Amino acid sequence: MDIQFSGFGGQGIIKSGTLIGKAASIFDDKYATLTQSFGPEARGGACSAQVVIDVKPVLYPYITTPEILVAMSQEAYEKFSVDLLPGGILLTDTDLVKPEKIRQDVKMYSIPSTRIAEKMGNRIFANVVMIGFFTAITKIVTYKAMKEALPGSVPERFIKINIKAFKKGYEFGIEALKKDGKPASPKVKKGGKS
Amino acid sequence: MKADPIGVATGSHYLDGDHACAEGAIAAGCRFLAGYPITPSTEVAERIAERFPKVGGMFIQMEDELASMAAIIGAAWTGVKTMTVTSGPGFSLMMENLGLAVMMETPCVIVNVQRGGPSTGLPTLTAQADMMQARWGSHGDYEIIAISPNSPQECFDLVITAFNLSERWRVPVLFMMDECVGHMTEKVEIPEADRIEITPRKYYKGDKKKYKPFNFNDSSNITPMVKAGDGYFIHLTGLTHVENGYPVISAEAQDKNVRHLVDKIKKNEEKICILEEDQINDAEVIVISYGISSRVALKAVHEAREKGLKVGVLRLITVWPFPEKRIRQLAKQVKAFVVPELNLGQVVLEVERCSSGQTKTILVPHAGGSVHNPNDILAAIEETVA
Repeated sequence: MDIQFSGFGGQGIIKSGTLIGKAASIFDDKYATLTQSFGPEARGGACSAQVVIDVKPVLYPYITTPEILVAMSQEAYEKFSVDLLPGGILLTDTDLVKPEKIRQDVKMYSIPSTRIAEKMGNRIFANVVMIGFFTAITKIVTYKAMKEALPGSVPERFIKINIKAFKKGYEFGIEALKKDGKPASPKVKKGGKS
Repeated sequence: MKADPIGVATGSHYLDGDHACAEGAIAAGCRFLAGYPITPSTEVAERIAERFPKVGGMFIQMEDELASMAAIIGAAWTGVKTMTVTSGPGFSLMMENLGLAVMMETPCVIVNVQRGGPSTGLPTLTAQADMMQARWGSHGDYEIIAISPNSPQECFDLVITAFNLSERWRVPVLFMMDECVGHMTEKVEIPEADRIEITPRKYYKGDKKKYKPFNFNDSSNITPMVKAGDGYFIHLTGLTHVENGYPVISAEAQDKNVRHLVDKIKKNEEKICILEEDQINDAEVIVISYGISSRVALKAVHEAREKGLKVGVLRLITVWPFPEKRIRQLAKQVKAFVVPELNLGQVVLEVERCSSGQTKTILVPHAGGSVHNPNDILAAIEETVA
């Protein structure tokens, strides 16, 4: 499964990728390879983390066409959503991403992750709210693994609030799925392109 | 000997290759690092700088890479295991003193997280274009050991091997990572200290007046070292020397000295080389690769096998010394070797040399900045058996 997390620098985008990779590879017993853009485009503009999750060892480390795209900024959405495979899943922050034309060939779910985090006291938790949402919608990593991945990855004094942020996002995701009526999993046909 | 538990962060971690390399070095017993920061290798030094005070190590940020290399040679002779970390431009600056380490038979590890070159090239993007520099970068005749890991786990495991080989053969070992492996994050299992095998340095304990720091008569039996400050009056020099270390400028001394530097590696090629082979026996074509390219190549190999092609894999975990004997053997049984590497043709030259007249060698070049598209490697495999 090829997953891309994107947004702008400072939103904890790379951290989100690390948490998902850690949850999958250490607590879910899968293989997860994380790469990130280190180029000049990583400064200020759109930034992204790519995670490949598989039941077999990951050979090819990069992602060119994600099956799941998380966009936490307008710029990231515009830059990366064109590469999302048909049948893929798009997760966005409701307030930060306003798609002009919504792609009909992908499934889109939105959450006001930054607003939820701000209500909890600090927008810095927005990425963890988004991870909760991601966990509920995609089910690629288990709830348990994701929760276990948080300690050691965030400062100890912020563990409780991070878990709370994660749960908020998760619950929002479960509700979104109920409204939608069916579980989400990317239905993409992978071609020869690697 | 087993690793000292104080330096071993036992457990499951999610680490990038740079950080895993740092943990491996500490587990191997490295307690001195001198370096100068350079992308994409800086994270190795950062983690070492953070961890060393807790394990009794010393990290120094030097004024440049010439000094870094000099410092680790000096520190090695005080009795510590030493390492420096850099990327292409810094690696170039280290070449002069690398020769000094070779000449003084000083164990140390040089990590090069390769990026695109020449010059400052691609600071943030990958390449494998320093492989011939690793082999021939310093002037004069010598042999060296170079290791190429292909995952964060191997950055941990194989840097320990690098330290062990360095001590065993009293030679600098080059740890040839690349940006992709260095910045890629994966699960890294760090075992218990008592499951990590460490080659301790051999020290001389006899009569102080009889000690000679070199032995040029036995290429397998490496001379024990002594520590600066222990009361030995020894002479170490970059000049051609005899076994007591003093310079002798003659053709005869040169022959003995340099032949020893070459023989101790070349004659022990089979003891030093670490290769990984898969489905070699009935292979019609063998893909020879190293580092990150070996993973990408494997994807192409799996697809080729699904198509019924008989493809074997030979991975060079140690790239230098080059496994000449094994390549010559295999050259007799296959239709072709396919060599993908992130440069426009370096290690392929060695494969060609060892297979000349026996089989075809096909390069799958890539100038760096990313990794191969596996389809390009697959196309080369298909072409050879068509």
